[in-house]
Amino acid sequence: MSTTTSTAPGVGRDDLARLAEHWAEPRSLRAWLTTVDHKKIGRRYLVTAAFFFVLAGLSALVMRTQLARPESGVVSPQEYNQLFTMHGTAMIFLFATPMLFGFGNFLVPLMIGSRDMAFPRLNAFGYWVFLFAGLFMWASLPFGAAPNNGWFAYAPLNQVQHNPGLHMDVYALGLLFLGISTTAGAINFIVTALKLRAPGMSLNRVPLFVWAIVATAFMVVFALPALNADNAMLFFDRRFGTHFFDPSGGGNVLLWQHLFWIFGHPDVYIIVLPALGIVSAVLPAFTRRGVVAYSLIVLSIVAIAIISFGVWVHHMFATGLPQLSYSFFSAASTVITIPSGIQIFAWLATMLLGRLVLRVPLLFVIGFVVTFVLGGVTGAMFAVTAFDQQVTDSYFVVAHFHYVLIGGAVFPMLAGIYYWLPKITGRMYHEGLGRWAFWLAFTGMHVTFFPMHLTGLFGMPRRVYTYRSEPGWDGWSLVSTVGSYLLALGLLLVLVGVVHAVRRGRPAPADPWEGDSLEWSTASPPEPYNFPVIPRVHSLHPTWDARTVESTTTGATADRVLSEGRRTLFTSELDARTERAVEMPEPSFKPLVLAGALLVFFTAMLLAAYPIAVLAVLVVAATIAAWLWPSRRPDEELGLAS
Amino acid sequence: MTDRGGVVAAATGVAALTTEEPVGRPAGWWGMVMFVATEATLFACLLGSYFYLRFQFGPQWPPGGVDKPKLLIPLLMTAVLVPSSLPVVWAEHGIRRGRRGRLRAGLAATLVLGLTFLALLAIEYAEDLKHFTMTTDVYGSLFYLITGFHGLHVLVGLTMIGWLLAASLRGGSFGSHRHERVRNAAIYWHFVDAVWVAILFTIYLSPRL
Ligand code: HEM
Ligand SMILES: [Cu+2]
Repeated sequence: MSTTTSTAPGVGRDDLARLAEHWAEPRSLRAWLTTVDHKKIGRRYLVTAAFFFVLAGLSALVMRTQLARPESGVVSPQEYNQLFTMHGTAMIFLFATPMLFGFGNFLVPLMIGSRDMAFPRLNAFGYWVFLFAGLFMWASLPFGAAPNNGWFAYAPLNQVQHNPGLHMDVYALGLLFLGISTTAGAINFIVTALKLRAPGMSLNRVPLFVWAIVATAFMVVFALPALNADNAMLFFDRRFGTHFFDPSGGGNVLLWQHLFWIFGHPDVYIIVLPALGIVSAVLPAFTRRGVVAYSLIVLSIVAIAIISFGVWVHHMFATGLPQLSYSFFSAASTVITIPSGIQIFAWLATMLLGRLVLRVPLLFVIGFVVTFVLGGVTGAMFAVTAFDQQVTDSYFVVAHFHYVLIGGAVFPMLAGIYYWLPKITGRMYHEGLGRWAFWLAFTGMHVTFFPMHLTGLFGMPRRVYTYRSEPGWDGWSLVSTVGSYLLALGLLLVLVGVVHAVRRGRPAPADPWEGDSLEWSTASPPEPYNFPVIPRVHSLHPTWDARTVESTTTGATADRVLSEGRRTLFTSELDARTERAVEMPEPSFKPLVLAGALLVFFTAMLLAAYPIAVLAVLVVAATIAAWLWPSRRPDEELGLAS
Repeated sequence: MTDRGGVVAAATGVAALTTEEPVGRPAGWWGMVMFVATEATLFACLLGSYFYLRFQFGPQWPPGGVDKPKLLIPLLMTAVLVPSSLPVVWAEHGIRRGRRGRLRAGLAATLVLGLTFLALLAIEYAEDLKHFTMTTDVYGSLFYLITGFHGLHVLVGLTMIGWLLAASLRGGSFGSHRHERVRNAAIYWHFVDAVWVAILFTIYLSPRL
């Protein structure tokens, strides 16, 4: 894998040898369990999230099979409840966010010209927690104990009097556990993007994808606590007899909804923003020009991140709140369409002004624009309170959010997978297979979900395990089911395409697309140290800029080669001036041990084995203490990154 | 493995970048600030829930037969916790000038004040539990959830302080570059302190307004 130009004038062979030695990760089980390399962790996030996507997708297929005909008996009502709850919960929490975090983990350090994330061990820890929390939740399904109250788990149905058994305990504990991972990841993204950007990458030269990830991370920091508070109270209500959501003890069921949607609405954008970032990253390579209106897009990303905290009540128009709050939240919900519109128009302009190269990633981007706009239109319809009260909790809603989520998140992710596959695996994908996958997925998506607008308008409620044939829902339901199999086939072809690329694909050059951001300036796949020389950035499109190339070859100085250890460069937050070199941590078992101890803790809490839970907490504390314990090695003086 | 000899480093100019007094904010500082931001949001949600439930419940508060909270112990707790931020600051300034003694004394003082706070909390609970528990009604639920959660944060903060004290007594390398950890623990401790003031107002004072 010595695709790097080892003869670049600025970097000697001995520099490269030293870099390889300091950053080496042998192929052993130990290395596998202890790695802190953001590229490996990013790949793991992608693969694990895809695995949970398959599980959630199979649940959906079972549901669609059940709903193909009226009054069929493929699953029981209890099983159906668990299926749609696990489907929704897993799609939102175990697939969409972690998948985008996977892209972020792999790409952010590469795009900003750094050698790793700010806190590599925290990053590894976040991955293990995500994996364990996902398994924790899915493991309840074979026991018939999976969450069964919908992904937003409304009170009072989430209370133990109405919902005995472990179902909602799994939900509350599983999401609290997972929240640790999401928070750790978000903080890591923020600090990485603030401190580790290559010299010269001032804020107005940060790639749009990185902007999107950072805005998302800020939203996680301020939105997730509402969900955590909600779930903590839920668990206390269920297990220890408190009364937060219990009116008989002075509690209030609407408190659950408020806190849930204070988190839940921003969460929609937590999913969509990075996906939009992928679109902005993919477009330049296939239009042969930079995305139009860079600063407007940045502004609209920031605006979305802020406004989305002010619209949660539009999920509660059917709860009988005061009229005034309807008007306010209805208006706010309409306002948020403006920044989203700005981005759409900027991309359309980019495509109109550029020279289109119709490869698979661009096909998915076009599929995204079509689908997402349709989903946005029905979204704007919900902002009208009267209409919302008519169609709420019908299949019209199911149609709407799948247009937004599949159109707005899954299609961009697929574009991203095809676009970065050469960088991630070092192999090119098969164009023909990719086209088939696109057309099947695109057609399948619309055949599945367009008819749901109709069944919804005809009055078919969501979350019903079956229906009678009189209202005329059965024809369209059957169409939906056929569509869902087409969609599944398309997604299967994506998987086949990835496996084919890894096994048979032609080796990828460093920059197969002539992309504009820094990840394309290094080998495919990148060496463990990412860049032989930390690049110096002079413009928004560094790889299209001859000055960047110059400064990483002839102009490279030792303070940007940093081959005397496992090091990367810190720069200032706003204008990315060089501050100092920092020593990055070595691989470690502690992240895995810590995540494992937390898994024991949450399992013990679920099974009410409290002494074991206390023991697990002690292990957690001891591991953290050992993790942070200063060593006597003098070079630890530099070990500021943990 | 690294530049222990210093010769190679000096030759390549790296030493100049690493041995200088660090410029700019370190990653750990930003990490701690973002962590505190998310934790503060959590408390905002809990206190917001308190007011939401209170005003949805109606004019009578606390509901049922529970008396309004007594003020003596909480005020004592405030008197212990709020000043405890000072020795941390003092310790932090000390270690920046390389004075390990000041670091140790400051941390020890904070530790003592923090433990006193927890002892007072235990007394407060012993007193309150005679009248109501977290299952009595939603007031009890909120009272114990919020104060208990804060108590847990005090415990975490004290663990950090105790950890730093142990590390410095063991003579670990708390050179001038090392004071960042002290600063991070200080940020967390100030946060715990500020949250207490919000709790004092919400739980203890607001029912009397
Ligand atoms: C792969 C194709 C998919 C199919 C065939 C599908 C099908 C379904 C069906 C039939 C329901 C409704 C269950 C009911 O209300 O009775 C549903 C609900 C839902 N789906 Fe999907 N879905 C797919 C993909 C996705 C994706 C990619 C996401 C998110 C990223 C998603 C998120 C949700 C959510 C949040 C719910 C609501 C669950 C609830 O009501 O609690 N779905 N899906
Ligand atoms: Cu919303």
